[in-house]
Amino acid sequence: MKLNNIGKIVAGIVIFIVLATFFFWYGTGKSSSLPQPSLDTPAIAQMKEKRCVEDKAFMSINHMKLLHNWRDSAVREGNRNYTAKNGNVYKMSLSGTCLECHSNKEQFCDRCHTYVAAKPACFSCHSIPAEVKK
Amino acid sequence: MLMKNLGISIVAVVILIALPALASVQGYNFFLTVFPYAAFAVFLGGFIYRMVKWWIIPVPFRITTTCGQQKSLPWIKQSPLENPAGFWGVAGRMALEIFLFRSLFRNTSVEISGKRPVYGSAKWLWFFGLVFHWSLLIIVLRHLRFFIEPVAPWIAGLSALDGFFEIGIPALYLSDFAVLAGLSVLFLRRVIIPRVRYISLPVDYFALLLILGIVVTGLLMRHFFSTDLLAVKSIVLGWITLSPVVPAGIGIFFYIHLFLVFTLMVWFPFSKLMHLGGVFLSPTRILANNNRRERHINPWNAPVKVHTYAEYEDEFRDKMKAVGLPVDKE
Repeated sequence: MKLNNIGKIVAGIVIFIVLATFFFWYGTGKSSSLPQPSLDTPAIAQMKEKRCVEDKAFMSINHMKLLHNWRDSAVREGNRNYTAKNGNVYKMSLSGTCLECHSNKEQFCDRCHTYVAAKPACFSCHSIPAEVKK
Repeated sequence: MLMKNLGISIVAVVILIALPALASVQGYNFFLTVFPYAAFAVFLGGFIYRMVKWWIIPVPFRITTTCGQQKSLPWIKQSPLENPAGFWGVAGRMALEIFLFRSLFRNTSVEISGKRPVYGSAKWLWFFGLVFHWSLLIIVLRHLRFFIEPVAPWIAGLSALDGFFEIGIPALYLSDFAVLAGLSVLFLRRVIIPRVRYISLPVDYFALLLILGIVVTGLLMRHFFSTDLLAVKSIVLGWITLSPVVPAGIGIFFYIHLFLVFTLMVWFPFSKLMHLGGVFLSPTRILANNNRRERHINPWNAPVKVHTYAEYEDEFRDKMKAVGLPVDKE
């Protein structure tokens, strides 16, 4: 049997395979080790109990919602006191509370954010501590 | 009819959601190690199988739809997209079809007004079909951020553009909203319009409900039951580097989402969703209308022994001359 346009169909199937396996051949040069956010800052080194505002499991997946709530509470309601689940009270402040310990944005925030391509808008208003010092 | 067909597909989707929801830890290991490869292999293999199956069907005569003037004498104006005469005409027609759904744009509605039918345009199927497909494409491309390390700037840029309005944290993607709108309309169309309902089969509802399930579990993970994205990306990169990992503590919605996607991938090549590939092999679209300029020989024609007039005359010329019959060649 005479087959129709073997060149075109093979080209089409090759294009399909290339597109469908895009992620296999694109950008796989780098190792896929998990990013390690660094806790190596002077403020954290001085802490007796190395604990964030809430526990790590909560913070790692909910920090953005927490910060969002802090923003609304501080900016819109004027309430700057956050009572954590364990009863500790913290001042709701990105620069004053979060960045006081995590003064290493590049080694802490950015590592994971870059990894999953999250682009938080925090620093379009807030200044980055290291940049101010420079 | 509606209750039965819709019911079947709802039950099917509920079972597909229940399976991962009720699975054990061993089951999750299986989900993350065996299923992805199996699903991807079936998707690729099935897709190629369907394309090859279509390809080997002979198309002896060009059955392209012709909705305009075909290429003819030089002083007759041709309609190159409606009645393409060559490669570029076909390419233009296909591009309009694939990117803009041109045939759906011509959809009409008919109503009986008084005692005569009145035809009008009906663009809503075209519009919501386009909204659905484009947002689905954007969503698929956005997911590449879990597949590619380092994330390419265009993927991050696409996500940023999609979440341009920064509604809520994490930002609501406009494509998520659009895909829900598109799916809802396509679903309601099948349920509400009696004529469409009449021809709707369980698989028609199933396709929509399955994708709806994927979208809803994805939205739940993004906006309500946050998932550890680092773990998600490590799983995906584990697949790609052929060293699957099974991190603990990933929410149930992730497994449901994943299982529905695997189901979609496995089912895809054998369902009507194959129009993704089929559009490139549909004879009414991809062929130039050159039936009058080129001879297309049917490949399954049996060889026929013919005896042309010229041969006939050669054979009987003497006898024809003898009885005074006219001959072409002396």
